[in-house]
Amino acid sequence: MIKVRREVCGYCGACVSVCPEKAIELIDAYLSVDNNICRHCKICVRVCPLGALEEVSDEE
Amino acid sequence: MKSEYDVLVIGGGPGGALAAKTCAEEGLSVCIVEKRPAIGAPVRCAEGIGEDLIGEFFDELNPKWISAKINGAKIIAPDGNCFYLNPEMAGNEVGYVLDRKFFDRDLVWQAVEAGAECYVKARAVEAIMEDGAVKGAIIEYFGERKEIRAKVVIAADGVESKFACYCGVDTTVPLREIETCAQYLMTDIDIEPGVTVFYVGREISPEGYIWIFPKGDRTANVGIGISGTESKDGSRAKDYLDKFVSKNFPEGKTIELIVGGVSVCEPLECTVADNLIIIGDAARLSDPLTGGGIYNAMYTGRLAGQVASECIASTDCSKEALMKYDTIWRSSRLGKALERNYQIKEIFVKLSDKQLNSILDSVSNLVMKEFSTLTLIKEIIKLNPRLIKELSGLKKYFE
Repeated sequence: MIKVRREVCGYCGACVSVCPEKAIELIDAYLSVDNNICRHCKICVRVCPLGALEEVSDEE
Repeated sequence: MKSEYDVLVIGGGPGGALAAKTCAEEGLSVCIVEKRPAIGAPVRCAEGIGEDLIGEFFDELNPKWISAKINGAKIIAPDGNCFYLNPEMAGNEVGYVLDRKFFDRDLVWQAVEAGAECYVKARAVEAIMEDGAVKGAIIEYFGERKEIRAKVVIAADGVESKFACYCGVDTTVPLREIETCAQYLMTDIDIEPGVTVFYVGREISPEGYIWIFPKGDRTANVGIGISGTESKDGSRAKDYLDKFVSKNFPEGKTIELIVGGVSVCEPLECTVADNLIIIGDAARLSDPLTGGGIYNAMYTGRLAGQVASECIASTDCSKEALMKYDTIWRSSRLGKALERNYQIKEIFVKLSDKQLNSILDSVSNLVMKEFSTLTLIKEIIKLNPRLIKELSGLKKYFE
């Protein structure tokens, strides 16, 4: 699953614009990833200017 | 907040504000919804705009909008050589570094003065669709969901646009065509007032550039954009920027960090649908070469307002009727510039640092009567016919 490191996120929405599944929402200072829709392409992880998104195992 | 308007504008940036103002001046009922709690903040922009471009919208500029007047520019090659555009030859490229916090607010203010309503912290969460046409939006406003119907909805919700997507338009930006950006507002740095500086090269900023846009005395926006494909752990936009800043402005103080994505792809295939117009960054209309988008948003916002008003007056807001908007912007100076600059960008992102050094060296002693991105590219082509075969592919745009 994709996890948002909130202490790093700049809430810019770059990840939102590249997500092909539109699984990411930016609401004010809150970024959420719908891991039920996400297909784990990790484009959002790549594009983040700050490295705030990461793929973690489902247990984490 | 009423439940029905003539026009609903999603997003309160410069494009949305111009669209709303134009419609309100035509006597239409207009509502702007902005998801952020304040118009113009946080700023996600390097804030530069050309003098002739902003002059299309205003007879006079409010001094509050302007952080710095720009008279010249420098392009720094990977080998450190500098191509300097002094005020005498800067021509079309003189302009301003704006203070978007004031600028954006005032544009929305003008729209409201013209009669538009504006709601902040109001987020479009769903499109109201009937028979394949857009009939409005569900707006989340302070914990409540409200249904707002409109004859035309204008999507002005930026690069992360979701509204067009809710309406069935694929707005995804490909990874290789997004510039992932980071910018510091820095103070206590040695800069040349009134001169913008651009550093190019794969090593310093792969498939992008670093910019220094003066904001005032010893203060500037210092930022970088790199291609999404070049962004990875340890070499993200912020990593490149930190490296540049520690080398060039070790004593500088950072008072703001902003990050964001800028699309450098071609515009959406179609920027209208039944009862829907998409403008500015939401339509992927930022300049693919420079990343600039303020003018593009304002131009398409105003045009969207004009076309929406006409279509509402004629009671036909179908995709076919709204196509006038799509056709006009594509055939305008803006549309042609976007098409040309996309082709230029596609070539320039492939150049090696060595090739960039040669190109900038060839133009370094050039004296142009008037500088613009266009005239510079023309000169590069003229001076480098053998250096880069691909450049010949651009000739058609300059004949």
